[in-house]
Amino acid sequence: MEIFRVKKDIPFMRFRRISAIISISTFVLAISFLSLKGLNLGVDFTGGTIMEVKYAEQANIQSIRDTLATIDLQDAQVQNFGTARDVLIRLPLRSDLSIADLSEKVLASLKEKNDAVEIMRVESVGAQIGEELYEDGALAILFVCLGIVLYLSFRFEWRFAIAAIVANLHDVIIILGFFAFFQWEFNLTVLAAVLAVLGYSVNESVVVFDRVRENFRRMRKSKVEEVINNAITRTMSRTIMTHLSTQTVVISMLIFGGEILNNFALALTIGILFGIYSSIMVGCPLAMWLGTNQSNLARTEDPKKTEQEII
Amino acid sequence: MNQFSSWKYVVIALTIIFGVTYTIPNFFGESPAIQIMPAKSGGKVEITTLQVIENELKIAGIDPVGAIAEKDNIKLKFQTAEEQIAAKSISENVLGSDFVVALNLISNSPQWLSSLGALPMYLGLDLRGGVHFLMELDLSKVSERKNDGLLSDLRRAMREDKIQYYDSQINGGVIQVKFKQEDDLDKVKDIVRGMGTGRSIFGAGSAKETEAFSFLETENNGEFILQIRQSQYADEDTVSFALKQNLETLHNRVNELGVAEPIIQQQGKDRIVIQLPGVQDTAKAKEILGRTAILEMKMLSDDQSPELIERAENGQAPPGTQLYRDRDGAPMLIKKEIILTGEKIINAGPGVDQMTGQSIVSITLDGSGANIFKQITRENVGKRMALILVEKNSAEVITSPVIKSEIGGGRVQITGMKNAQEATDIALLLRAGSLAAPMEIVEERTVGPSMGKENIARGVNSTVWGFVAIMILMSIYYMTFGLVSVVALSANLLFLVALLSAIQATLTLPGLAAIALTLGMAIDANVLINERIRDEIRNGNTPQASIHMGYEKAWGTILDSNITTLIAGLALFMFGSGPIKGFAVVHVLGILTSMYSAIWVSRSIINYIYGRKRKIESLSIGEIYKIENN
Repeated sequence: MEIFRVKKDIPFMRFRRISAIISISTFVLAISFLSLKGLNLGVDFTGGTIMEVKYAEQANIQSIRDTLATIDLQDAQVQNFGTARDVLIRLPLRSDLSIADLSEKVLASLKEKNDAVEIMRVESVGAQIGEELYEDGALAILFVCLGIVLYLSFRFEWRFAIAAIVANLHDVIIILGFFAFFQWEFNLTVLAAVLAVLGYSVNESVVVFDRVRENFRRMRKSKVEEVINNAITRTMSRTIMTHLSTQTVVISMLIFGGEILNNFALALTIGILFGIYSSIMVGCPLAMWLGTNQSNLARTEDPKKTEQEII
Repeated sequence: MNQFSSWKYVVIALTIIFGVTYTIPNFFGESPAIQIMPAKSGGKVEITTLQVIENELKIAGIDPVGAIAEKDNIKLKFQTAEEQIAAKSISENVLGSDFVVALNLISNSPQWLSSLGALPMYLGLDLRGGVHFLMELDLSKVSERKNDGLLSDLRRAMREDKIQYYDSQINGGVIQVKFKQEDDLDKVKDIVRGMGTGRSIFGAGSAKETEAFSFLETENNGEFILQIRQSQYADEDTVSFALKQNLETLHNRVNELGVAEPIIQQQGKDRIVIQLPGVQDTAKAKEILGRTAILEMKMLSDDQSPELIERAENGQAPPGTQLYRDRDGAPMLIKKEIILTGEKIINAGPGVDQMTGQSIVSITLDGSGANIFKQITRENVGKRMALILVEKNSAEVITSPVIKSEIGGGRVQITGMKNAQEATDIALLLRAGSLAAPMEIVEERTVGPSMGKENIARGVNSTVWGFVAIMILMSIYYMTFGLVSVVALSANLLFLVALLSAIQATLTLPGLAAIALTLGMAIDANVLINERIRDEIRNGNTPQASIHMGYEKAWGTILDSNITTLIAGLALFMFGSGPIKGFAVVHVLGILTSMYSAIWVSRSIINYIYGRKRKIESLSIGEIYKIENN
């Protein structure tokens, strides 16, 4: 079985103007969602408390709200999730109560009202810690980008490195844009997914660029555009298979992973889908536009030496 | 061309044996158990203790299915949770307060595996349930206490040396003392210098801060004012000392809580992480960990006349005394001088007064404490002593008995407890020692036990079903080569689980997600190889040559793409905390194992199938269509 029965190279690079318009407009859209709506940051970053409780029978949300109001917590968000017995309570930081006291107070008042309540999880983060986690997250993204640019400059050349990292950041911004638009909660686990995507989607660019480099040596008389088209077409089957496999696992996570892994899997899904697009329609045109050609790539590795190694 | 030398097969066989050995402990499940530990850190458990417990259990009709005696603990395994609970209360009764009995779970994997170090994976709190606290030192309180201590030491030293001073106070972290005589300034400076140890600074830069204190002298209308400030590094030393003491105290307190396998670690310069697996009563844990109770023994002032007390209530207590209140709110004047503090206590336990039936705490003092107590009680027969519990910002007189006679031997009973629970709690706090400075919980993550089980199911199901789907996909698309890829992927899973078990890395829910995700990403290597082989065949190469070239050419790409993923993984590990770190560890290990299994293991199978034949007509790698151009 073979999905791609292409007989001729697909002229991907002919669409580079259209794709540039698409890329730039999605990018601008994502940025505007981010700046207008902002990310719905979880307690990991803002500080605050999340409590997940389970009742023996169907939970009465209104009664829980009233109970919390009696202990002066009107600003609590109470909602159902998963089943009707599961309740999620969000509490902002309080200046007059330490986070340790806050969760105990809530728990005690819920228990008093209805003893058949079981605590599933509590996450309380102080303001200072939230800020630090936020900074560490930003540092991690920066570090990953730098590391990838350095490695690719060393293995390929700077044009590819820049093209790959721009394609990658394009994916990351779009993931963040989705999270801003739908106001999905952005927490530490989602950040892990974003960073995983950063590593994963650069794979995609590396595989294509690897082919481009090989083609430059093989197709000495072809134009740059043809070389790139050929490279993308020849790696198409691999691209589809790999992403299909990864996406299968991610779907499995969406189905079985519960609410903690849900947003993690969502971020990965967006990352995978846009990763395919961006490595082909962002990375390659960009590398071309930056002036990649035979002379600056074929030189990086001596073709004769490589052939000897192969044999 | 496609033949592996036999040593390569041996290596693969060995790694698979390693993988299987370290993976199987995860499949044996766990049994309820109790863990008996000495209450004091550094204590030992004798083998006779085990025999005593086993006898008692036999009498009660409980038969442990296994017992493990180690240097600092004894573990007893049971068939049911009911037996475990019953055994816990029996052991507690038999052993008394010298030992702590905690509930635990022990792996059922056979002894020979455990002795190889093959243990089940170490589950994080989100998978086994429990509490995680991050506690932060109150830095302002640390220097406040240090300055308080410094000033009272200085006052005593100046009295001894007969240096005349007036008005000594602490203002904004600076100690300020006023003198009439200019010469006194230098004398006092020498005294102060003797109180702190200097630190020599080598290397480049100025040696400015080699002293623990800096001084500022000013003159004002014939007054000589000396300002003493701790240098920055002396402050740092104070903080690190306070943190060390708190670490030890928290260790003792956690021991008292009876938690099996707690984690108590320093994080940064002023934080401590505490993880208590299996703890459900978070309120109790917070209360015990956060309390700053210190016991102080002081003498009551001889004159307790109502006029003096009234003046004291208006803020004019007689010199050298201070106003306190007892539990009923009654005021009393107490001398500032501290006779003894809780540090001299070596043991404390709750009890009941035989005469009155009231709850009491009986404490045992160490040698020097006992001597001081003996001397004080001898000299003050007929006078009243106060036992004061100092917590955060409040100080309360628990009891103020009249000293009837000299008390030797260092055994003291504290009456005046509200109830048995309070007696137990205070005894615990006195035993465990006090915190050098208050700590605040700045992060709390609690996971209930059923949530832990649910999370395991979520992670495992995601991995298993994701794996099955990949298996189907690959075998349909690449036929034999697909099946080989799947076998290589299974080997990858085996190695990953074995490695995680062997190094006992903490497995969290994001870690489980990382196992699933790593599998999805690891298959990329095999897809790359299989596509390359198809390419080579398309280019008209023989099947044998295609296999060879396919693996060779894919290698560079696999390396490049894995290294970039590795960079991301390492960044996650360095900057990530908690759940992210758990994800990163698995991710990075998974990438490393996948490079081995996708290339070596899959190649060895392919070589075994195809390499031995001299001539093969075709490869079972799915249909291949020709591309016309080039």
